[in-house]
Amino acid sequence: MQVSHRIVLHFPRAVTGEPIIYRLAKDYGLMFNILKASVSPQEEGLMVLELSGRDTDFQHGAAYLKERGIRLQPLVQDIRKNDDRCVDCGACVGVCPTEALTLERPTMRLLFDPDKCVVCGECVPCCPVNAMELQF
Amino acid sequence: MAKTLEEINNKIRTGQVVVVTAEEMVDIVAEKGPKEASRTIDVVTTGTFGPMCSSGAMMNVGHPSPRIKLGGGQVRLNRVRAYDGLAAVDLYVGATALPDEDPRNSVFPGEFRYGGGHVIEDLVAGRRVLLEAAAYGTDCYPRRELAAWITLDEINEAYLFNPRNGYQNYNVAVNRSSRTIYTYMGTLQPQLASANYCSAGQLSPLLNDPHYRTIGLGSRIFLGGGVGYVVWQGTQHSPAAPRNEKGVPMAGAGTLAVLGDMKHMAAAWLRGASFRGYGATLIVGLGIPIPVLDEDIAAHTAVSDADIVAPVVDYSGAYPQRQPDVISRVTYADLKSGEIQVEGKTVPATPLSSYPRAKDIAETLKGWIAQGEFELTAPVQAIPGADSGMMMGPMPDNPPQTPESPQ
Repeated sequence: MQVSHRIVLHFPRAVTGEPIIYRLAKDYGLMFNILKASVSPQEEGLMVLELSGRDTDFQHGAAYLKERGIRLQPLVQDIRKNDDRCVDCGACVGVCPTEALTLERPTMRLLFDPDKCVVCGECVPCCPVNAMELQF
Repeated sequence: MAKTLEEINNKIRTGQVVVVTAEEMVDIVAEKGPKEASRTIDVVTTGTFGPMCSSGAMMNVGHPSPRIKLGGGQVRLNRVRAYDGLAAVDLYVGATALPDEDPRNSVFPGEFRYGGGHVIEDLVAGRRVLLEAAAYGTDCYPRRELAAWITLDEINEAYLFNPRNGYQNYNVAVNRSSRTIYTYMGTLQPQLASANYCSAGQLSPLLNDPHYRTIGLGSRIFLGGGVGYVVWQGTQHSPAAPRNEKGVPMAGAGTLAVLGDMKHMAAAWLRGASFRGYGATLIVGLGIPIPVLDEDIAAHTAVSDADIVAPVVDYSGAYPQRQPDVISRVTYADLKSGEIQVEGKTVPATPLSSYPRAKDIAETLKGWIAQGEFELTAPVQAIPGADSGMMMGPMPDNPPQTPESPQ
């Protein structure tokens, strides 16, 4: 059975030097489409990608990633900003990798652009007042 | 010509007062000069809305029947530990208190979704809170267990008593290490990839009265949406911190202890908060009016973001190890632009203190004063100034010789 999954990979520092995605394609026969990547040598990295292929190959590929210490997270459907909770600080802006969360100048009000959001979910635990919500 | 506070209060009573926010005052003084501004402007309002861990609520919850003595026992509010070492039914819940069951950082980074700050927000929002207590029982207070819903309306007293708020300037936090760190200054990206700051800058109360000429013990203030008072200098008050040529501290300096009746506060201005990997806290709305008594005060209230510098500190090294190292200094104008330069690198800068809410607070206080609902008070005593030499010190390095006998 053919499957296609959108997932978020969290790389620990130690493996960012390895050709992980190459192995997924070559050893497990998975097609990949990288939607967003922030991976630098000797830093924790984050990648959002779509993996397509046979279900068994996907399962084996996922097991390989976990074995290498990479955390997999399904890409959820949507992120919502709860305007009643948000206090317009900027705690989420610094962790958003795609500038979907920004501060408007000079008012310093927090803006959320759902079109730029890749739903990596980084803002959710980082919001002090629980204003960023995952919608499945 | 100098004005007196009584003249300003008379203008408030008769609706003739001219009141502006500290943000508006920047342009007014730039245009008219401090002398003319001190003639035309009577009051400048300030505001700040940021996480303030040294906050908490003092309460008297009333006596149940039969009576209970909470002191020496254990008390929880929505499972959060409260301090009971006081008279029978007096309690204090601090903003950073947690339920015993919270996993804290055992699964790192912990989420800290509910703590003392959230208990305070729930009470102020009118939501009921579950009080659970165990006591040892006495002849006069026989009860040993208690579980009861309490609400802000029904308990005898509840006042916010924050031992340290309103920090006059603060650090800019960065992370030089190679892993993400989780701090009270928020989540900091590795290798100087983010910088977090936490001050309202030109709107911040003590930055507009750098020498504490008008803000002192007894100053009436906006606190948590209600009215409060400055009751002491805050803990870690350090007025002797280095200052620039305009007298503005270049690092964390003065602080205030504040108190106010929670029954008149609003949850919009007291918000429980969770800092991932760090803990729970309370975001506090604080606003202080400054009477423009003379030209000197007018000049100080015109302080702008470009005039205020803050130290950039590494929270992966210097801060936790209590080393004094400052990487560099940047202005709040730089910080608010969204980018600062640190060690030759362009670093995105984001605030933890809400400037829009700080402005709302300054505007609200301005409205109260303009409508004659809020008069200013003269301090009954000044808080210690720069000439006191007061600076917070470290804990003495003095471990017990025999660890098993602390006496």
